[in-house]
Amino acid sequence: MSPLLVILFLSLLAVCFLLGRPLGEYLGDVLEREPVPSARFLSILERRIYHLMGIEAGDRMDWRQYLGAVLAFNLVGFLFLLALLRLQQHLPLNPQGFGPMSWPLAFNTAMSFVTNTNWQAYSGETALSYLSQALGLTVQNFLSAATGIAVMAAVARGIRRRKATNLGSFWVDLVRVTLYVLLPLAVIFALFLVSQGVVQTWMPSVQALWLAPAAAGAPTHQVIALGPAASQIAIKMLGTNGGGFFGVNGAHPFENPTALSNLVQIVSILLLPAACCFTFGKLVRDRRQGWALFLAMSILLALGTGLAGWAEHRAVPALTQPGVVQTAGSLEGKEVRFGSESSVVWSTATTAASNGSVNAQHDAMAPLAGLSQMVLMQIGEVAFGGVGSGLYGMLIFVIIAVFVSGLMVGRTPEYLGKKVEAFDMKMAALVVLIPSVAVLVGTAATVMHGQVGQWISNPGPHGFSQILYAWSSAANNNGSAFAGLSADNTFLNIGLGIAMLLGRFAPIGAVLALAGSLASKKRTPPGPGTLPTHSLFFIGVLVGIVLLVGALTFLPALAVGPLAEHFAAF
Amino acid sequence: MKLIRPLLVSFGALTLITGAAYPAVVTGLARMAFPWKSQGSLIRVQGQVRGSRLIAQATEDPRYFWCRPSSTSTFPTNAAASGGSTLAGSNPELAALVARRVQVLRTSDPGNRAPIPQDLVTASASGLDPDISPDAARWQAPRIARVRGLAEGDVLGLVNAHLERRLAGPPCVNVLELNLALESLGKAGE
Repeated sequence: MSPLLVILFLSLLAVCFLLGRPLGEYLGDVLEREPVPSARFLSILERRIYHLMGIEAGDRMDWRQYLGAVLAFNLVGFLFLLALLRLQQHLPLNPQGFGPMSWPLAFNTAMSFVTNTNWQAYSGETALSYLSQALGLTVQNFLSAATGIAVMAAVARGIRRRKATNLGSFWVDLVRVTLYVLLPLAVIFALFLVSQGVVQTWMPSVQALWLAPAAAGAPTHQVIALGPAASQIAIKMLGTNGGGFFGVNGAHPFENPTALSNLVQIVSILLLPAACCFTFGKLVRDRRQGWALFLAMSILLALGTGLAGWAEHRAVPALTQPGVVQTAGSLEGKEVRFGSESSVVWSTATTAASNGSVNAQHDAMAPLAGLSQMVLMQIGEVAFGGVGSGLYGMLIFVIIAVFVSGLMVGRTPEYLGKKVEAFDMKMAALVVLIPSVAVLVGTAATVMHGQVGQWISNPGPHGFSQILYAWSSAANNNGSAFAGLSADNTFLNIGLGIAMLLGRFAPIGAVLALAGSLASKKRTPPGPGTLPTHSLFFIGVLVGIVLLVGALTFLPALAVGPLAEHFAAF
Repeated sequence: MKLIRPLLVSFGALTLITGAAYPAVVTGLARMAFPWKSQGSLIRVQGQVRGSRLIAQATEDPRYFWCRPSSTSTFPTNAAASGGSTLAGSNPELAALVARRVQVLRTSDPGNRAPIPQDLVTASASGLDPDISPDAARWQAPRIARVRGLAEGDVLGLVNAHLERRLAGPPCVNVLELNLALESLGKAGE
């Protein structure tokens, strides 16, 4: 591990804390329906929308109504996006004249963006019209992020309220988060990106006459794809979406043009998920809980980054050839302007935070760096995780940790004064089990598929890793890829699409049911036997539980993939 | 509780705001503030677009600086279909490819015994990496000086003039700009 990596990582955490804390407080105000300092036209717009919707700002929902609204809203989003992707050839803003996406690919893509996964089995510049990118994908980048934050708020309200059913209104949460948080942040960030060289135009691709005689097999001109990229990339990074405007995502010079844009984008991956910790602390009226979650998540990310940095800093056997300068780490699949260290930090931040964007090819990284990325996804996207979803995912582990600790001393476990009982534990178990089962069953089914040999691009254990990575990414709604896997086929399009669906909405259903159950309980005042959930001791237990559950579930699969590859090579 | 009206209105309104108004506003502001960058940082020579500052152009011509190996589909540095290298370090194909790239570079400049910088024999993440390391540019200087009949010191001077040192990342050299400058250096020397 290089000193530069350590400095990069620690400054990343420091910046996320310094910016995330005030942002988290602000997000808390937005969710508490406090008046927030903002442009006046936004509050006028907010009231207009409520009026048109026929709702009041003070509306309330119980957990079933909240879940119903979440599911219905996302179903409409899915159908709209599916229609757009199938009909883009008849619609405007399609200067390259792209045809419709095939049904399986359109299903996969629509599911991917609605579930905040943003897995891409297509390449943006060769498949999508500008209209599909803006009116389809950009919209879901906003709305899937707002959905995650809304569900987190409902869960926090369930913990705070006693003998109640009201979890707030999904409509109000959705509109306020989008207008007051995501939209202003995205406008500022998009303009910063353009200042660095990210493109933002509706003009078609340009034809450039090669400066030097072109390489063999090239046409007379270099066709350079453009598009309204900055507006989409801003929210792709902030909303833990991660779906690139261009095929190679954050490695593309038009998505991530400079070393500075690279560092700021790494911060933007973690910013809102980190802020959510402090929002949660504010919402449950116990800021220490937010601190504890932030620390636990930071420890998990530090472990992952440390392992990946150590693995990536070793010499690569394929590059140890006479006549080549021997440097630490490999530049295969990396960009010169970022260098090796910041590519490692990005790779673990993006897999920990359910973002899934890449600035380097994870496929070409060292086996144990790949392992670190996979584990960060497999533990359920709880080391910061998706906006909102990372926080409620981690709460599930908090409840499991409280339960395990309670069993050891023979006391009824409680969290923030709420007794954790059989129903609550069942819901918590479902949140952990469903994505894990989807990963393992999906991987096993793919390995047994007759054509799998044509889908993987590397032989041996690394080929298995490509498959395991894909299912880990889809079922945990991350969306990053070992890009060497050819995923645009009916089996993987449909299979991974279903995994994304299960990985997103089964946990949402379970955590909202849990929130409803907790809201209905009375609050027990803390006694001498109460386990404080903000102590360093508890943070250690929590990190241990997360790693233990992950290891018990995935160690055998990891042994066949990255571990086997590592021990064969080194 | 009513569902249909809030559902459709909220989706419609938020779609228009985030999918139409937001990209349109960003485009307008970007065009005003950064007209050149928002349009792709295009380099024009006598009115003709010759490339983008941010997009590499592969060439096999020994008179020009070469960019990094590119694995875009059908031909290198295809800017209409970005694509990076996904070969694992354990893949024998990668070792063979690197050996072949070393071979090509050695053949291009048989007199140059200096070890080759790593970025010249590894494929980039985007297939469009516009930069090479300063060492990779300096390594190519003897070949370019020889083929163009220039003094090696002049070519190295050009490389140093185009060196970009940034606080936030490793130093690098933009290959397209370097080649543009090379053309004018050649003309001045004639």
